[in-house]
Order: sequence, then structure tokens, then C-alpha cells
Amino acid sequence: MDLLLNHFWEFTITGLAFGAVYALIALGYTLVYGVLRLINFAHSEVFMWGSFAAVWVLTALGASKASGLGVVGFLVIGFAAAMVTSALVALGLEFVAYRPLRKRNSPPLIALISAIGASFVLSEAMGLRDKPFKWFGLDTDLASYVGRPREASPLPLNIDTVRLFRVFDYRVSNIDLIVLGSAIVMMVILDQFVKRSRLGRGIRAVAQDPEAAALMGVNRDRVIRLTFVIGGAMAGAAAMMYLLKIGVTRYNAGFLLGVKAFTAAVLGGIGNLRGALLGGFVLGVAESYGSAIFGSNWKDVVAFTLLVVILLFRPTGLLGESLGKARA
Amino acid sequence: MSDTAPTPDQHDSAKETRGTRVDDDTVLAPDTEATPDTSVDISVDEVADLPKGKMLEVEDVTLRFGGVTALDGVSFHINTGEILGLIGPNGAGKTTCFNVMTGVYQPTSGGVRFMGEPLGKRQKFQITKLGIARTFQNIRLFHNMTALENVLVGADAHHSTGMFSALLRLPKHHAEESEGMDRAYELLKFMGLDKRADELARNLPYGDQRRLEIARALATNPKLLCLDEPAAGFNPAEKARLMELIQSIRDQGYTVLLIEHDMKLVMGVTDRIVVLEFGKKIAEGLPAEIQDNPAVIAAYLGVDEDAS
Amino acid sequence: MNAVSSFFHGIGDRFRALPRWAKIVLAIAAAVIVYLLPIINPPLITTTDSDFGAVLFLCALYALVAIGLNIVIGYAGLLDLGYIGFFAIGAFTVGILGSNHAKLPLLLCIPIAMVVTLVSGIVLGAPTLRVRGDYLAIVTLGFGEIVRLILVNADSLTGGSRGISNIPTPPDLDLFGIPHLVWDGFVAKVDLSNQTRFLQFGVTDSIPYYWLALTLVFIVLFLDWRMQNSRVGRAWEATREDEDAAELMGVPTFRFKLLAFATGAAIGGLSGALFATKQQFINPDNFTILYSVLFVAMVVVGGQGNRWGVVVAAALLTWAPEKFRFLADARFLLFGLALMALAIFRPQGLMPPRRSVRAKKAAEQEPDQLDVEGAARV
Repeated sequence: MDLLLNHFWEFTITGLAFGAVYALIALGYTLVYGVLRLINFAHSEVFMWGSFAAVWVLTALGASKASGLGVVGFLVIGFAAAMVTSALVALGLEFVAYRPLRKRNSPPLIALISAIGASFVLSEAMGLRDKPFKWFGLDTDLASYVGRPREASPLPLNIDTVRLFRVFDYRVSNIDLIVLGSAIVMMVILDQFVKRSRLGRGIRAVAQDPEAAALMGVNRDRVIRLTFVIGGAMAGAAAMMYLLKIGVTRYNAGFLLGVKAFTAAVLGGIGNLRGALLGGFVLGVAESYGSAIFGSNWKDVVAFTLLVVILLFRPTGLLGESLGKARA
Repeated sequence: MSDTAPTPDQHDSAKETRGTRVDDDTVLAPDTEATPDTSVDISVDEVADLPKGKMLEVEDVTLRFGGVTALDGVSFHINTGEILGLIGPNGAGKTTCFNVMTGVYQPTSGGVRFMGEPLGKRQKFQITKLGIARTFQNIRLFHNMTALENVLVGADAHHSTGMFSALLRLPKHHAEESEGMDRAYELLKFMGLDKRADELARNLPYGDQRRLEIARALATNPKLLCLDEPAAGFNPAEKARLMELIQSIRDQGYTVLLIEHDMKLVMGVTDRIVVLEFGKKIAEGLPAEIQDNPAVIAAYLGVDEDAS
Repeated sequence: MNAVSSFFHGIGDRFRALPRWAKIVLAIAAAVIVYLLPIINPPLITTTDSDFGAVLFLCALYALVAIGLNIVIGYAGLLDLGYIGFFAIGAFTVGILGSNHAKLPLLLCIPIAMVVTLVSGIVLGAPTLRVRGDYLAIVTLGFGEIVRLILVNADSLTGGSRGISNIPTPPDLDLFGIPHLVWDGFVAKVDLSNQTRFLQFGVTDSIPYYWLALTLVFIVLFLDWRMQNSRVGRAWEATREDEDAAELMGVPTFRFKLLAFATGAAIGGLSGALFATKQQFINPDNFTILYSVLFVAMVVVGGQGNRWGVVVAAALLTWAPEKFRFLADARFLLFGLALMALAIFRPQGLMPPRRSVRAKKAAEQEPDQLDVEGAARV
């Protein structure tokens, strides 16, 4: 407890930073659930692929040698690469794994099975990425991309951690600022988009009542595709933020993060966008405090315990279900 | 949710042109239109225990969902051994009434008394064990189970075989299985479904499904049987047969509460009628009285031609 | 794919048509062959790169798991994504009572493990089974992970990430030896130097463990059959079909859901205990979410609700990666692809329960009639 109290702000800000990552990934889960009543198990791999895209693009562009303003440029490129890739992977997922099932009116359990399968395919594909290149003998040339596929790949961007300003006794670093800042920007944009734009209304309509929405002229398939794209892009942004904080990524980095982000989504109220954001921050901070109080070993237990407790006592989450309602 | 009933033509011709294939490759004769055998004895147990007067009392029940008042101070009673009709335009609250009586909803105020005891906060299966059984407006059979199994589930309502007895095949298991089977077959025979006992419920013709639902409800050994639009989708001949069926059910000792839209059927089979409109009771009395009641006529004519 | 299931069901039909004595003889013969599989070592089936006996043990073990999970998912319709939790509790109970904190004999540890797991099933089930369908899946997922994390962190009780070793083995009887067959192409020879002692549970020979597991599989299959053909099985099926209607027909649905959950848990615990005594060393890495997912896949691939289907699926999904070791690295990739393909092309699983087959057969012949019924059935 002492540890927490002495470094309260440090733990809080760190918690918020991680929370931002969880929040953005949670958006993907909650959007897809709201519109399709599907738990998109493979969303964690959407995130992971985005992180690798950032790493590879920056490696190819020699970002490790950058400094000063160049770093900022590469930062933006990294974000862009991750977001675009994640969005595309998410879209691919929808086309290959989920859409065929909708056409066949499959029961929800089957969709879950497909999601699980897709999750394995995406993560294993990354973990085996050296194999196809070995066949063509290209693995040595492309070693920095496909070499040692099961191990961690670092982000080739050197950002000196600069302590910027103080919040009470903690000096907020530039990285924290980038992470939190970009997260807030994304969240505001998304929030406004869903509230004000035509497409955003379409999402809310389909989430509440797909048939009525269709009768009102909303193109359900397009809304669904859009949902995956947005969720994917958010996950991609989270991927870049994750890389900034942690520094490396790996083929199975998505898994634990995905479960926690899903916890965040449920915590806030599945289907509720603002809930996903709130849930992410709450989870991040709770985890941070938990690790301070119980030791970092128990950090992960916090997330799962929170999940179980919320579902038992307040299954509608902190902000209640919104977009649509969870199915019985 | 509306009941999309098949037209009589479709239904009959389908029956005549196809047989039904059962698992062991025997093809049933196509026109085994279920003929109820009302001579089978399926009477209520413990007839002596039935109350002499009122079996069920709905006492000033009000049910509100958020802004909607589904039932507003509804009061009526059902006497032992009578067939009571519950009618009213669509949305009047008839099925909601059933739901309150069977424990699906808790009234916002007021209560239901069954055989003198208030139902209170009892759970649905407890109310069934007390002696109230029902069918549904939209058929809710266990579609992937056979007709026999559907009825057996009903019969199990009074059984207590659990894991232990089942695993060890204790005498209780055998006794209850045997009793359940006997009762199930009797009921199926009564409904004319005994030849179709091993068919999946979803494969049965529409009329048989409706009758199966009634058999299943009766299997729970109720004192009060609540039928929710049992004649929906029936042609006049089938309706007439249903009327006879309901009367024989009553003759066997059961008390019946009937929701129906078909006026001829209601007038023909019920002893008394209660009329609901917009969640309120607007009339109660003998069929002849209800027929001439101006409020009732207005309720039906006020809504676009509903009376059939 | 319909040909496959017709094939299996055709066999089932012809089997059913045989006179009683023939059925019994055939069943016994089949059982004997299954028991002797690792001794016979048939050329195409045996796994050349790994110990066939050990592989068969795992097949039997996971078949047991699949039967248990089938009760939860297939019969009662409850999606449990944390089944590994029960498996782990069973394993660690044996570990703790048999090695870490006491030295109780295995034959006592196993029933205790089952009871502990059963209780945990009730403790988990009582609050969560009231929760809605989707959420149940997530809560169980959370539970599975919590169990693993506690195992990792509760050092003093569970040995933490080091795990527990020296888990007791089942008691030995040394009666006789059974020599294995060795094949030269398609010619078999008896190899007297390679014998399995009946009945010695040691580190080198997995086969007695296989026999133990297989026997338990048969026993549990039998008990499962008894349960399904009783009020309990009917109640589960009715609850799965239409929970509200079932309750209105007098089925105490919550109680039965809890019973399914607890029964599944107990079987999971039994499997875990068996795993522990075979491995003799366990640590939390053996009990990750991956396994929960694998188990669910076994049930779904097998045809949820069909006890033979899930047994076959479990055996297949365990044996195939061992047989086709060259694909070892790509194991999970192929697994994922198989799941996706299954979901699209064969969602009912390899061997769907007889019911849905009957319904489908009838549907193929009765399109008009069923349209009529379908319309009315809304």
C-alpha cells in the first residue's frame, strides 16, 4: 500500500496510458458486438498485425537512424501503417470468417468457433512467417522482417524519454503524452462520428434493430464493414501506442491484451462506445494500483477478477448497454 | 408477434400427398389425421381435493412495464370444473394475464390466488407443480425432441429422479419412468398422437403440434389448464374437433381457461366469458350476455374487423 | 460431407439391427481391440515419432474431457470457455494432497479431487448460471484464467511456476507381461523383449495408464448414457431447446443447469487428476486458455450432444498432430483453418446427434409440409 501512496501519480498516469491502449482495442470489440452480437475473438490479432506493420514499415524506412523532427515524422508514419493494416486485416476477417456464416444463418456458437479459428490462423501465420520465405530462399535477405518469428520484434524508433512536466510528484514523460494525447484525439473523433454522421447513425440503427434499419434503407453490410474498419483502425492506433510504451511486439502479443481489452469493453457495458473507453481507463488504472498493492505478479489477476465480478453483479457494465442490447 | 397461419388448402393437400418417414424406414399412411380418442382416461388425480368454488382468483392485478400499463386492476375468478373464456381485441392483455398467472411476470400490484393460496413470488416451475399448466400462442414445443419425449418432460414435473437415482438406476427412477411412460401414452392416445409418438415434434403436422402442446401441458397433472389460442390456424372442421376435445378434457375433471379469437368456438364451448380491452376488464358473464353486450361489441368493431 | 455422417449412421443402423448376442460379441471384440491398440501397434495408425502408448493415453484422457464438456455444452447448452480450470483444480488437488503438502495415496486423492472440483463447479455455477448466454462464456473464460494465475502465484500452496513434482502413481500389481507386436511391412512378429507389465505404472511405459484412462472413459460413457436416458437428460434437452417453456412445464431449469455444470466439472477434475498422476509433474503452463479452446473445439467438431462424436473428435484431434509430426509446427495454424472451414461448411460437427439428422432427413423429403409448419411455428 505504501508503494502506491508514495508513487500515486506515477501509477495513475501509467495506468491511464495502458488504459488508453485497452480502451482503443476495446472499441473494436464493443462495436462489433453491438452490431453483430459477436465476440470477435480475432480482434487481438488485428491489433498484433498492426503492430508488426508499424515495425516493418519503420524498419524498411530506416527509422532507427532518425532524430529530432524525423522521429515525429516516423511516428506519424508508424501510426498510419498500423492503422491501415489493422483496418484491412479486420475487413478481411469479416469477409472470410464472418460474412459467410451470416449468409448461412449460422447459430452464434458457430460464429465464435470461426472467430477462434481465425484468431489461431492469424497469430500462427505471424509465428510461422519465416516458412514461406525459406522456400524461396529469401529468408536471409528479409531476416529483419521474418527472422526468428516466435521471438520479440523491437520497434526501430529511438525516442528519448523526456520528462516534460510535473503532475504533483510525477514527471509526465513525452511518451505518456503521445499515448494519452493520441488516444483522446481518436476517441473524440469517433464519438463525434458516431453521434453526428450518417454512417454513425447507421451503426447505431443496425445495433438496435437490424431489420428495422434495413427497412429504413440502411445498408447493413456496409455498416458492418465500416464497423470492422473503424474497430480495426482503432486497434492499429493502440498497436502503435503499445509499441511506444513496451518497445517490442510478438506474434502472440495480441492474446492477453485482447482478453483484457475485452474485459474493459464488458466493464464499460458491451455495445457502449463510451463505456469501452471508460472501461479501458478503469481497467488500466485498477491494474496499475493492483500491481502496486499486490505485486506485479498479480496484475493479470486483477483484470480477470474484475471481469468476473462485474459480470456477476452488474452484467450491463458501468455505463449500461447502449448501441444495442446484449442478447439473452 | 402474429401467428402466420397456413391456409387450409396448403395444409390439407400437403397432408394428402406425403407420408412421414420415421427412422426405421416405415412410411406412415398419409392420412393418419390424428383422431383423438376421448375414451382414454386421463382424469385429474385427487378429484376430491379440488375446491368446491373458486379455483383461481385474479385479484386487482395491475402490471406496468416502464410507461406501459399492460394490465389495469383486472379481477376475475375461475370456478372449479368450468371452461372460462378470456377474450378481447389484440393487445388487450390476455396472454399477459396468462403470464402473470404462470409466474412469468410479477404483478406491479394485486395478486393471484390459486386454490386459496396466493402465488406470491413463486418460480414458474413451482407454479406448474401447484397445478397450473399452459400452452402458447406461438407453438413452443421442444422441436428436436420426439412427441413422446415432449410429453414425458411434462410428466416429469412431479418426479424427483435426480442424478443419483438416474446413475444408479434406483427403484425410484424405474417407477417414475414407468409412470411417466404410461401417462404419456395415455395422453398421446387421447390426442390421437400415439402412432406418432417417436416423431420429432418439428416434423408433426400443424394440428398435431397444437394437440401435442396440450398433451404436454396435461402431462404435468394440472388442475387448471390454460390454452392460449389453441385453434389458431385451424379450419372449421378442426375447430369443431377441438371444441369436443376441450369439452372432454373438462369432463375428465380439468378446469380450463381459454384464450380464443374465434367467437363461434368461444360461444360454443365456454361456460362463462371475461372480456379484456386495453388491459382492463370490460365485461364478464354468460356467453349469451357477452354477445349482446354493447361495450364488447364496440371493443371489437372499434378495431378493424377482428371478429371472425 | 453428408456421405461421412451417413456412413457412420449407417453403421449405427446396421449395428442396431443385429440380434442381441451379436451386438454383445461385436462390442466386446471392439473393446478388446481398442485396449490392445498400443500392443498391436498397427502400422498405419501408430505414431512413429512419439510413444504410441503415450499418445493413446492422451487421446483417452481428452476423450474423457470431451465427454464431460459435452454434458455442459452439448446437453445443457451452456458455453463454457474455462473448462481447463476444472482440469487444473483436479490435477493440483492430487498434487497438493499427494505430494506437496501431504502424502495421501492416489486412490484417495482422486475422489477428493473430484469432490473439490464438483464443489468449485457449484461455487462458480451458482452465481454465473443466472447470467445471460454470451456472458457465461466470458465469465467462464475469466474463471479459467483466474485459476491458472492463482496456481502461478500461490507459491506456498501450489509451488508457483515451479509446479509440483513426485506425484504419486496408481498402485502396482505385477502379474504378467504382454509382449508387443513389431511390424515388418505388413507382417507382424511378437517382440518378447518389449513387454508391458500388467499392471505396472512406471515412467517408461504409458500403456497401463492408457488402460486406466480407457476404462474410465468406458465407465463414464456408460454413466453418461444412463443420465441422458432419464429425467435428467430430458430436462437438459428441454432446457436447451427452450428454457422458458421448459420451466413452465415444471422443469427446475436452474437446478439442472447447475447439475450439468457440476457434473462436467467433476469429470474435468477426474481428467486432471489422471493427467497429474501420469505426468507426475505439473506446472501452471499445462493449463492455459489454449486448452479450454481446444476442448470446446473437440465438442463442437464432434457434434455437440453426441457422446461418441466428441470422443472420436477428441481422439482425432489429439492423434493427428502426433501422427503427422512433420506438420508439427503448423499444428495450430491447421487447427485454426480446420475450425474456420468447419464453421462454414459443416457447423453441425462430424457426427451430429441423431436428432438433428432425423430432422434433416425428414426436411429433405418434406419441403412443402415443413414450410407450412415453419410458418405456423413462428
